Amino acid sequence: MEEKLRQLRDASLQAIREAEDLEALDAVRVRYLGKKGELTAMLKQMGGLSAEERPKMGQMANSIREELTAALEQGRADLSEKALQARLAAEREDVTIPGTAVKLGRPHPLNRVIDEFSEIAIGMGFTIAEGPEVELASYNFDRLNTAEGHPARDRQDTFYFDDDDQVLLRTQTSPVQIHVMETYPLPIRIIAPGRVYRKDEVDATHSPMFHQIEGLVVDEGITFGDLKGTLNELVHRLYGNDLKTRFRPHHFPFTEPSCEMDVECFKCHGAGCPVCKGEGWVELLGGGMVHPKVLAGCGIDTEKYSGFAFGFGSDRLAMFRFNISDLRLLFENDVRFLEQF
Amino acid sequence: MDLSRQWMNDYTAVNVSDKEFCERMTMSGSKVEGVSVTGAGIENVVAGRVTFMNPHPDSDHMWVCKVDVGQSHDLTIVTGAQNVSVGDLVPVALDGSKLPGGVEIRSSKLRGIMSEGMLCSLGELGLDTHDYPYAIENGIFIMQEPAEPGDDIKKVLGLGDSVVEFEITNNRPDCLSIIGLAREAAATFGTDFTAPQPRVKGSGDDIHKYLTVQIDEPALCPRYTARMVKNIKIEPSPAWLRRRLRACGIRPINNIVDITNYVMQEYGQPMHAFDYSCVGGNRIVVRRAAPGESLMTLDGNIRKLTPNMLIIADEAKPIGVAGVMGGGNSEIVDDTRTIVFESANFNGTSIRKTAIALGMRTDASGKFEKGLDPEGTIPAVQRACELVEMLGAGDVIDGMIDVVASPHVEKTVLLEPEKVNALLGTDISRDYMVKVLEKLGFTMRGDQIVVPSWRSDIEHYSDIAEEVARFYGYDTVQSTMIRGKTSQGGWSDAQRYVNRLNSLCQAMGFNEILTYSFGSRSAWDKIRLPADSPLRQALIIQNPLGEDRSVMRTTPMPSMLDVMSTNAARRNPSVRFYERAKVFHPKKDSPLADEQLWLVLGEYGEDASFFQLKGCVEAILRDARVEDVTFTAESGEAAFHPGRCARILAGGESIGLIGQVHPTVCQNYGLDAGSFYAQLDVAAMQAHQGPERTFTALPRFPAVSRDVALVCREDIPVADLAATIRQAGKPYLEDVKLFDVYKGAPIPAGSKSVAFSLTLRAADQTLTEEHAAETMSAILEALAAQHGVSIR
Repeated sequence: MEEKLRQLRDASLQAIREAEDLEALDAVRVRYLGKKGELTAMLKQMGGLSAEERPKMGQMANSIREELTAALEQGRADLSEKALQARLAAEREDVTIPGTAVKLGRPHPLNRVIDEFSEIAIGMGFTIAEGPEVELASYNFDRLNTAEGHPARDRQDTFYFDDDDQVLLRTQTSPVQIHVMETYPLPIRIIAPGRVYRKDEVDATHSPMFHQIEGLVVDEGITFGDLKGTLNELVHRLYGNDLKTRFRPHHFPFTEPSCEMDVECFKCHGAGCPVCKGEGWVELLGGGMVHPKVLAGCGIDTEKYSGFAFGFGSDRLAMFRFNISDLRLLFENDVRFLEQF
Repeated sequence: MDLSRQWMNDYTAVNVSDKEFCERMTMSGSKVEGVSVTGAGIENVVAGRVTFMNPHPDSDHMWVCKVDVGQSHDLTIVTGAQNVSVGDLVPVALDGSKLPGGVEIRSSKLRGIMSEGMLCSLGELGLDTHDYPYAIENGIFIMQEPAEPGDDIKKVLGLGDSVVEFEITNNRPDCLSIIGLAREAAATFGTDFTAPQPRVKGSGDDIHKYLTVQIDEPALCPRYTARMVKNIKIEPSPAWLRRRLRACGIRPINNIVDITNYVMQEYGQPMHAFDYSCVGGNRIVVRRAAPGESLMTLDGNIRKLTPNMLIIADEAKPIGVAGVMGGGNSEIVDDTRTIVFESANFNGTSIRKTAIALGMRTDASGKFEKGLDPEGTIPAVQRACELVEMLGAGDVIDGMIDVVASPHVEKTVLLEPEKVNALLGTDISRDYMVKVLEKLGFTMRGDQIVVPSWRSDIEHYSDIAEEVARFYGYDTVQSTMIRGKTSQGGWSDAQRYVNRLNSLCQAMGFNEILTYSFGSRSAWDKIRLPADSPLRQALIIQNPLGEDRSVMRTTPMPSMLDVMSTNAARRNPSVRFYERAKVFHPKKDSPLADEQLWLVLGEYGEDASFFQLKGCVEAILRDARVEDVTFTAESGEAAFHPGRCARILAGGESIGLIGQVHPTVCQNYGLDAGSFYAQLDVAAMQAHQGPERTFTALPRFPAVSRDVALVCREDIPVADLAATIRQAGKPYLEDVKLFDVYKGAPIPAGSKSVAFSLTLRAADQTLTEEHAAETMSAILEALAAQHGVSIR
């Protein structure tokens, strides 16, 4: 009996080890542990044993049953794991195949630059002002200290809607300064991005319509030093703190003193190259202290208040930023161009 | 403005490198655009004397010369030129020398004879006969300049001058002159500036016996100064004068013309010389042109003059267009004996308008139009006469005519150092300010600054601040941040709304485009805009750049179609574009425009379809919280397919259009018929914006779903069926979704099958079968009653 049990144990454990799938394993379970299984049959024969042997054999048979049950459990877990591994192996994908394409639209590179600049200015306490594109000559010129007879007012430079040259397409975003000074409470801190128009034929660097960003600050005690500090801050946030800048005297009718701000050439970093015409500097923007005549013309007390203004071409900025060689690309809107940014 | 540094050094001696000169001048306000050196590119070319010549044994036109170049032995040089003789002084390019344009000269054999260099022509040195009128163009340059063999040619010919090109701003016409820039340089480098004092000896006689000058237009000609020279000998100017003109980019002509150009360059005051024999009636009259008058100008063109134009006339006829160009009828010619030097002051705007009207902007008009120094006429004419005497070009007649029609009024500005410092954010001393101002020609009278006559741009303490700051150094002014109240920056609600639309469009795969705000009649025709459409009422540009940019656009459609067309022509297979486009409508009560912002969508290609685009528009409207949106069939928009166009309404008010572009319009733009377009009025969308959404409790009870397939007349819009279902399905109907529309067998012709999926739910309990059945029958009854629908 003992010998038989031992043989049954060894045979069944071997059958468990050899079972290749869950079905085979179950067959093993039925064969040995089932109602008509071999171990069950052996147990039934226990009645024929002596009183001494019966508990001994019973104990042995029970321990074999426990051992078999555990082995079956383990076998089941191993086979499940094996099956899972096999499925996973079968499901292997070439993960280098590109993902299903999601088409995201892109902002126009010019608007991207304008938005970037706007965000920076907002962070410095500026709001975004707007003004009309069809404008009165008085706002675009007269009130910006650009009197009748100034060359900028010529019909070869400015688009007009009337015979008296009083209604025009604004040639600069500067008239927004006047609108803002007329309507905003003091102190003023705005930027005004927008479209402007000049009578230039289209070429690689000219367009009858282009874009500017105007800036205006009016408060008590605003100085030329503040203009420098603010512009440096804006430019550094836009291009990084390492960018060198310089301020040169210049002339605009509606600022006094006036300046132009140069930045170190993006291309050669000051060494001199064709982009900067060998100077090492690239002109970025113009600005100055708001002309007292302009302030007074908007009813602002020049004894108490002063201000600075600046303006620059955002098209140029975008061209610098993205290394775009031809202005026309911005207005052509070829999708292969637009999707590059 | 080109500045010869040698010339400038006559008035202030600045001895720094070109690099330093350019940098510091730029930083003090005279922006340098570039610098070049005359004779740059010439290296190792010397003067040589021809000592011996023989015909080349193997050539019928070449010569073998021996040339003394100051070395121990004469060089053997072969030349093909025929104008060389023994004893001539010629430029010799030695072995290894360089000529302008990068040409390098090496010893080489010419027909078997080793030539140890090259004899040079004017052209080979980058010069021409205007520089050396005694030389010939096609031949070796036989020099008359004093030189020894071996002398560097650049020294012999006075080359090596640095020419600096300045960009002069409109407010500083005084710097369009050597003297003006010398004054700036002196202030920049702290050198002494010597104002020139021309001295004229005169030769007796009296100008008043010869000429009278009359100004009819004092506003247009504040001043007219003239002197006369007789016994004129027209000949080339001396080399030093020609060289200086040449350095400044002016071509030498003859002594008298060169003198007027020299003075214009030096003083910034344009001059003109008339042949006195052509001044009829011995009178010069400065007047407006009479209607119908014309004049042949010096360039040989006949100019029609109008009464807007100021002219210089004799007693009967025009002899010059004032400040622009002289007349051919009074030109200096070789047998001119007596001349009148005109040195006048004209109104800048008038000169500019005349120059533009005549299409001829000259050096003179370019200077006058900026408004010149009214006190500058006398020094200039004196300098011209001094040069005449210096060059022996004629005898200067005593006396001067100086008619002052509008006298110059002296201007003063109060010196307020504290205000200047407050504006700049500096602490500059009064003494420093005075020093800078005096260096620039201002004078102090107590606290009053007397502004020099050439600085019409100075009128306020802020102008003084700029003068001081320029020399104190813009870069020296400390950068500071704005003090005062902190301000809250940010986007306005309207701006944020547009920003959100922007993000939405991008998220749905639309690329942003940016187009011109112009429009045109032909574009309206291309989109089949009816002749009586109100969109043809546009703001018309009086001076447009061509027909296609002649009006302000009233519809954003042509711009979008243009861009789609460009992309289609370049074979970009499919595109999805959006634009935030402004359009411009005339206003009744104002000359300005009603500027409206539209959100415009356009697409063609692969996935493009009406419903695809409509889905995007619906998503936008939903996200933008536009309330009560409906789409109604629109067959009256000629730009669209009449059966595939919808008007978009919010609260019953039109806020936009969507549709398939009409095949004819597509054809007009070279587009495939499968092109789709939508436009939304941003302000109208915002006007119908609903309140911020708030939380609705998630449903606690399960929903019941029922599908129904209906058969109805083909022309009944699905939207109407859905509306009926929604109305009749209350209160348990939660959602209606269309999932199929079918036409064809077995549905009878003229009918269609429409299938909806309905979701029913009760808020307070699991919906009972009875409630569901009741709701469904209410819905079907309503559909049958209102639309004659049957169940399939």
